[in-house]
Amino acid sequence: MTEPPIVEIRNLSKSYRRGSQIIPVLSGISFDIARGEFLALMGPSGSGKSTLLNLIAGIDFADTGSIQIAGVEITGLSETELAHWRAGNVGFIFQFYNLIPVLTAFENVELPLLLTHLTRKERREHVEAVLSVVGLTDRMDHYPAQLSGGQQQRVAIARAIVTDPEILVADEPTGDLDRASAEEILSLMDRLVTEFGKTVIMVTHDPRAAEKAHLVRHLEKGELQ
Amino acid sequence: MGIPISYSFRNLWTRRLTTVLTASGMGLVVFVFAATLMLAEGLQQTLVQTGSPDNVVVLRKSSNSEVQSGVERTQAALVETQPEVAIGADGQPLLAKELVVLINLQKRGTHKPANVVIRGVATPASFTLRPAVRLIEGRLPHPGLAEVIAGKSIARRFKGAGLGETLRFGMRDWRVVGVFDAGATGFSSEIWGDVEQMMQAFRRPVYSSVIFRLRDSSEFDEFKSRIEGDPRLTVEAKRETRYYLDQSEAMAKFLRILGMVLTIVFSIGAVIGATITMYAAVANRVTEIGTLRALGFRRRDILSAFVIESLLLGLCGGILGVIGASFMQLITISTMNWQSFSELAFSFTLTLGIFWKSLFFSLVMGLIGGTLPAFRASRMNIVEALRSGG
Ligand SMILES: Nc1ncnc2c1ncn2[C@@H]1O[C@H](COP(=O)(O)OP(=O)(O)O)[C@@H](O)[C@H]1O
Ligand SMILES: [Mg+2]
Repeated sequence: MTEPPIVEIRNLSKSYRRGSQIIPVLSGISFDIARGEFLALMGPSGSGKSTLLNLIAGIDFADTGSIQIAGVEITGLSETELAHWRAGNVGFIFQFYNLIPVLTAFENVELPLLLTHLTRKERREHVEAVLSVVGLTDRMDHYPAQLSGGQQQRVAIARAIVTDPEILVADEPTGDLDRASAEEILSLMDRLVTEFGKTVIMVTHDPRAAEKAHLVRHLEKGELQ
Repeated sequence: MGIPISYSFRNLWTRRLTTVLTASGMGLVVFVFAATLMLAEGLQQTLVQTGSPDNVVVLRKSSNSEVQSGVERTQAALVETQPEVAIGADGQPLLAKELVVLINLQKRGTHKPANVVIRGVATPASFTLRPAVRLIEGRLPHPGLAEVIAGKSIARRFKGAGLGETLRFGMRDWRVVGVFDAGATGFSSEIWGDVEQMMQAFRRPVYSSVIFRLRDSSEFDEFKSRIEGDPRLTVEAKRETRYYLDQSEAMAKFLRILGMVLTIVFSIGAVIGATITMYAAVANRVTEIGTLRALGFRRRDILSAFVIESLLLGLCGGILGVIGASFMQLITISTMNWQSFSELAFSFTLTLGIFWKSLFFSLVMGLIGGTLPAFRASRMNIVEALRSGG
């Protein structure tokens, strides 16, 4: 029995325009990502890793080609439809955590749930559940500035999984962390894949991070190696 | 559900210095806005309280104020015999034929001249008709003597108008034998003396007005139509409340227009201030906006979060402004009554209506100031916003 891949990318192209100059970033990429994969995307700086990740996450628009995620053709969605789709299907993990500084850890994690129909009580239960997964139940009333980088990234991971999306996208998730914190974050992401069945797509140029992944792919000159 | 209000509120709290400075700018405008409305309100309330709904003022036709009016003695006598006039406890009609003249007096200290209303009154009818007028010092003038009593605010502010002092007008010296208080009414800014003495002194053959109490308040319309239709009379009748309201209309309108003009001019500055603050807030939170959008919040969620932030900012200004304006209630203002060009003392009066109008106005400023920055925030490209901060 072969399960269909969760991500199917066909002939994906994207270029940026800088004045009259056209900068091709991705030129006709095709590949699949299996459900439950922990994929590391590597490649030199400027090779288009982030661009590819953003397209998969539905925050950028492709020039041509198709991206099907869990059977949904996301290149055909309008901006509002995409926003709604992201809220339910993608969790984001950023290099600099991107927590909202004026909200507590609890409130940051609760944020994506405000886009659902859950009651206050249900939201609380969900938030407490994911905070215990990342081991920060005792820090939920702290503001981001009161947390270490590693702790902030764990809050961000809790925020990414609180709506229980299938896919997590992470752009250099350990890029701002010391070795120990980075290890912690990577093991946490590994747990999300093995224990919770998430599909993780991680952009990184850190070989140690790539080592943790189950599959590594290289992007170079707009093409996947 | 969108982005919670606490998000907008806490961002304002986080940058409280900027918030307070910007809100103060708007607060100043709200202060001016509220203060001028309070001034107009205070003026109008003072003048309206001056009148009583049961009293009727009879003036010469188409004269807007007592100062311009003249009522012949024969006509005044005819009014006195009308059946609607109430009869006092002493068996006499509750009616006063009065003379109103403007004179120029110097203020204490500055010696600056200002117009003051002199009212020739009938004792005791004029007093019975205005229960607000109470003698607080001295005694009433004796008829036949050159004596007057002064309203409290006149006695305090004008040279020679205090108890025991002497005023010179109408080519005579007048001893101030009493001081009266008339509460918040315009009478507090008048000088009263015997009407016959005044007519002699000012060489006036006619009264200015006839004031009387209605036997029955509901008989006003009947009285009015009959005497205004009587070919022997060239007078018109108004309820006293109506008369004083009309008196205040021009001034109140002037104040309101002045207030509007000042407010609009100042509010442009305050709105620009709010716009700059909100643009800065947006610029500081570009990555945050990109993050919220990535999480699935829509453009309109971002738009409303920033609009709400700016509305709250405006509301802070509104509250500051209203608090400031409420302190103005402690101040008594004296100004020209533009109808009679006489001095009139009144206070800034804060009403619930002015309170809500001021807060609403502050919200409008917040809305206008926040709209452009909020649109900028909502129109950002997600990827570029996320790239910007690194
Ligand atoms: N908004 C943009 N406008 C113009 N060029 C862009 C824009 N975003 C990315 N690029 C260019 O696209 C290329 C790929 O960028 P990116 O995907 O961020 O690379 P990576 O993440 O692999 O370092 C780079 O050359 C970058 O300069
Ligand atoms: Mg990148």
